[in-house]
Amino acid sequence: MPDQLLFAMEVTLNGLMAGVLYALVALGFVLIFKASGIFNYAQGVMALFAALTLVGLQEGQIPFAHLINAILGTDLHHFGWHLTAIVAIVLTIGVMVLLAILVERIVLRHLVNQEPIILFMATIGLAYFLEGLGDLMWGSDIKKLDVGLPQGISETIDTATFNWFGYGFFIDKLDIFATVIAALLVIGLTLFSQYSKQGRALRAVADDHQAALSVGISLRFIWVLVWSIAGFVALVAGIMWGAKSGVQFSLSLIALKALPVLMLGGFTSIPGAIVGGLIIGVGEKLFEFAIGPMVGGATENWFAYVLALLFLVFRPQGLFGEKIIERV
Amino acid sequence: MLYREAGDFNTSYKQDGQTFPIRFDRYRYYAVLAVAFGVIPFIINDYWANAVFVPFLIYAIAAIGLNILTGYCGQVSLGTGGFMAVGAYACYKLMTGFPDVSIVIHVILSGGITAAVGVLFGLPSLRIKGFYLAVATLAAQFFLVWLFNKVPWFYNYSASGQINAPERSVFGIIVTGPNTEAWAKYMICLVFVVACAWIARNLTRGASGRRWMAIRDMDIAAEIIGVNPLGAKLTAFAVSSFFIGIAGALFFAVYLGAVEVGEAFGINKSFLVLFMIIIGGLGSIFGSFAGAAFMVLLPVLLKNVLVGGLGWATDLAAHLEFMIVGGLIVMFLIVEPHGLAQLWRLTKEKLRLWPFPH
Repeated sequence: MPDQLLFAMEVTLNGLMAGVLYALVALGFVLIFKASGIFNYAQGVMALFAALTLVGLQEGQIPFAHLINAILGTDLHHFGWHLTAIVAIVLTIGVMVLLAILVERIVLRHLVNQEPIILFMATIGLAYFLEGLGDLMWGSDIKKLDVGLPQGISETIDTATFNWFGYGFFIDKLDIFATVIAALLVIGLTLFSQYSKQGRALRAVADDHQAALSVGISLRFIWVLVWSIAGFVALVAGIMWGAKSGVQFSLSLIALKALPVLMLGGFTSIPGAIVGGLIIGVGEKLFEFAIGPMVGGATENWFAYVLALLFLVFRPQGLFGEKIIERV
Repeated sequence: MLYREAGDFNTSYKQDGQTFPIRFDRYRYYAVLAVAFGVIPFIINDYWANAVFVPFLIYAIAAIGLNILTGYCGQVSLGTGGFMAVGAYACYKLMTGFPDVSIVIHVILSGGITAAVGVLFGLPSLRIKGFYLAVATLAAQFFLVWLFNKVPWFYNYSASGQINAPERSVFGIIVTGPNTEAWAKYMICLVFVVACAWIARNLTRGASGRRWMAIRDMDIAAEIIGVNPLGAKLTAFAVSSFFIGIAGALFFAVYLGAVEVGEAFGINKSFLVLFMIIIGGLGSIFGSFAGAAFMVLLPVLLKNVLVGGLGWATDLAAHLEFMIVGGLIVMFLIVEPHGLAQLWRLTKEKLRLWPFPH
């Protein structure tokens, strides 16, 4: 096979892997949107916050150390312990559940029956708040996240493909790992929502709030549950992205990348989020590879949005979204 | 006692339909204008102009623009930063291309160019609604910023990729470039603000404003009673982008002087202006001013208190500012979804009955 084609294939594979990571973030959006009709802009910041908390707990940092130092004039930094990855992850899940409860108590409860756009803007406010809180708690320097995930180029694939095609594919082990995790997560979530009692309640709420309330489903509990799950998904996404490129502010920007993914897949479909993520991931890598050099590169910044925009003009509900029926 | 309609007799339709029907309101408005034009220019210094007044005035124009689109016509846009960049770069190209033409004309023309770009990106709004549209406007934001970064023609092939405002004057007074006096900056922004607010106020209470509001309240119903959604949505995009373009041009030419597009007109600018109109009040011209004032003053105040007063590190203050801004937005949406403008309306209602509320 010609080199160009093989190279394009490698780009496609890497795009697929990047797409999986986008899909991970998009998954959190879909969960919350389905259950509460809220478009949770804070999902990306939740990933950042989760990753920051994980690193902070693991390193034994004292929360708000900078703030305390500034007020009391002390010089605190660390508790002086190092937690193992699994303990830190469990603790972080606890923090995310707590966050879900607080969000329901303080924000959502008071905004019931508001227009969707008001709720959307409230989550933008929440995103800003969490961003400030995360930095205030754990400091804003770039952190290294290390929970023992495989890193580096997979040599098996490199040699195997070299033997087949005479050209070695460079694929990050972490990407493969992320793909597996994402697949497990989707299967798990599907099973949960299809076969468990809570999952059924969740689908009932997504279908019709009032009808769900009238058969005795607690809306508040479902909201806390779904925000907790979204927090968990955010943690997984935060770990993957954090291990890839360090825990830093730009992590929260992946939320913006997840938006076109959602538009493409439809806001209400879990498979849609995955397929949309893959299309965006492959699309932007291939576009950058084929067209990028002609127009000066860095097309990844906008390609996803323009693709989603053009796509929506022809299919306003996305690939797998429910058909929008409007009545006066 | 003063705030009454009593004794204020309208003898013509013109009087009945005026913007400020209550006499006290009218005088207050004239008083504010008199102070803004007659007092502040003489006492303003560089710090106050650069930290408070000039950004406030420019953001007020941008907020009015976005408020027309989002508050009046109901189309949420996250592309404000991109459209401001269009205004800034249009102004730069015009300033360097036609040095003999007045800067005022350049600013207005850049508003017009931005309006054309706005209409282009507004076209999908006919098919896409709500969140989908909000995300679609992100396409404008990222694409435009990328375009101005990557196509050297826009920044006249300068090595740094920045654009710098050359020195221009109005009536012999320098208004752009590094040698501008504080009061000159303030005055040119003020003139544009007053003109824009006047146009916006009159547009929104006229036929086009009613069309926008009908579309906002329910577009299908509006279509059935004879509002052309194509016309209404696209005029909203055009007018909104026109104001935002003017704000962008002033932001670059008068306020900053030198601009790097990703830094000055990034996605954060879009959110900043969006917050202004949420906090100020959607669908209110006064709200645009109130929101702009709030969002400009808050960081200045926090910085003075935390960094100047308590001696904290600036990054700490910045993080706290994020938390406070986010918290305030959530709080405003819970307590008063219609923003500062609604509080102002309530105050006025109370004042009319004061001191005998029953």
